[in-house]
Amino acid sequence: MILPRRSLLTAGAGLLLAGCDKVAAIPQARKILFAGEDMHRGLQRALMDRGALAPEFTREQMSPIFRANGTRDPGTPDYAAMVADQFAGYRLKVGGLVDRPLALSLDQLASMPSRSQITRHDCVEGWSAIGQWQGPMLGTVLKAAGMRNTARYIVFTCADLYNGQPYYESIDTIDAFHPQTILALKMNGARLTVAHGAPVRLRVERQLGYKHAKYVTGIDAVASLATIGKGKGGYWEDNVDYDWYAGI
Amino acid sequence: MDPIAPGTSILRHALATRIWHWINAVAVVVLLGSGLGISNAHPRLYWGRYGANFDHAWAQLPRFPAWITIPANYNLAISRRWHLLFALVFAFGLLGYMIVSLINRHFARKLALRRADVNLAHLAEDVRDHLNLRFHDADDPGAYNSLQKWSYILVLFLALPLMILTGLALSPGMDAAWPWLLDLFGGRQSARSLHFVAATLIGGFIVVHVALVILAGAGNELRAMITGKWKVPEA
Repeated sequence: MILPRRSLLTAGAGLLLAGCDKVAAIPQARKILFAGEDMHRGLQRALMDRGALAPEFTREQMSPIFRANGTRDPGTPDYAAMVADQFAGYRLKVGGLVDRPLALSLDQLASMPSRSQITRHDCVEGWSAIGQWQGPMLGTVLKAAGMRNTARYIVFTCADLYNGQPYYESIDTIDAFHPQTILALKMNGARLTVAHGAPVRLRVERQLGYKHAKYVTGIDAVASLATIGKGKGGYWEDNVDYDWYAGI
Repeated sequence: MDPIAPGTSILRHALATRIWHWINAVAVVVLLGSGLGISNAHPRLYWGRYGANFDHAWAQLPRFPAWITIPANYNLAISRRWHLLFALVFAFGLLGYMIVSLINRHFARKLALRRADVNLAHLAEDVRDHLNLRFHDADDPGAYNSLQKWSYILVLFLALPLMILTGLALSPGMDAAWPWLLDLFGGRQSARSLHFVAATLIGGFIVVHVALVILAGAGNELRAMITGKWKVPEA
């Protein structure tokens, strides 16, 4: 009597696991499954001061080696040309819902008030690394461009390509104006390397690594993400179902 | 008190206990399955504040096969979707159960440790009774035995809350909201390691729990956990 019951229970667990794949394929169930993201964002925003800082660390706590992930070199002719002239011709385009569209050189970005922070980078895969980042606050750049109050999201366009299209990511204006959200020009005291996103990389410290767009060339203030990519706000969100809110 | 005659039907589990048990059973299976899928994304465990491929890993986990992960094919994004939705079911389910169990005195009546439960000689006798498949006190058959109390107490008040707190410490948003989480566990990678250790303990608990339910009479035990009614077995 014991063995059939045991195999029944084991089979039950196996069916449940296999059933999860079928459930996730039903559109309505998928909607519920994906609603977890909004619940977590709502709960976190309710618990958190909008300006609450991500933990910062000391020099002694930094990773000896900071892993580079994702694109390690965009490898396109345009990018290679920028590397060749040491980004002298680089311009960060700031546009969308702004009163004064900008095209900022690296020198102009470097001359803005900057913030330096030693923070932890958490990859969605599970690993972490601690490094120092320095650059102007994104909020400063958006104010300089006269961002309109109809803007709700900030979209980043990058020099690296995925499936032939420039990588893109987005955050909302709460995170965009957070003091630790910076356009990093330096890492660990030196100019960004190609592997870490030269010349400009977004740091949005309260979210996972894939939000920290590398090789940023364009910033657009928008009212909705519906017309960006496939409408979910980022390359990974659009193509492999990653959460748009990556604070979890 | 007269011993209750074998065959008598008694109310073993309160409604709140039964509801929570089954919600939690589903949540834990989904969390373990999707957690193994997430583990496959980076199956290395570290101690401290950071840890990536170049750093010293104290454990290198195996790649978990498709039949045991959610979803079956490796998909980190979907594993995370299952994990994070059911983390809410699990955490708020536990919170609700704990509040109700304090109010309906479930904890006080069933789990409060008596003198015998902390007596080593009695615990040794309880171990011998378990090995002889005697699980119930003939005088008070509805009561949990000492080992049962200890395992439920350790799981309910240590392992399950540890799962939740270490899980929260893995969230960069929660680290900003509650920075004390990192101090509590000694860094995000330590919290991640403890999350896996606690999950292993809970997995082990489930195996023993299911085995004992079967040995104690699966039909009677399952009915008790569904309807509440439990038939006092022969001593």
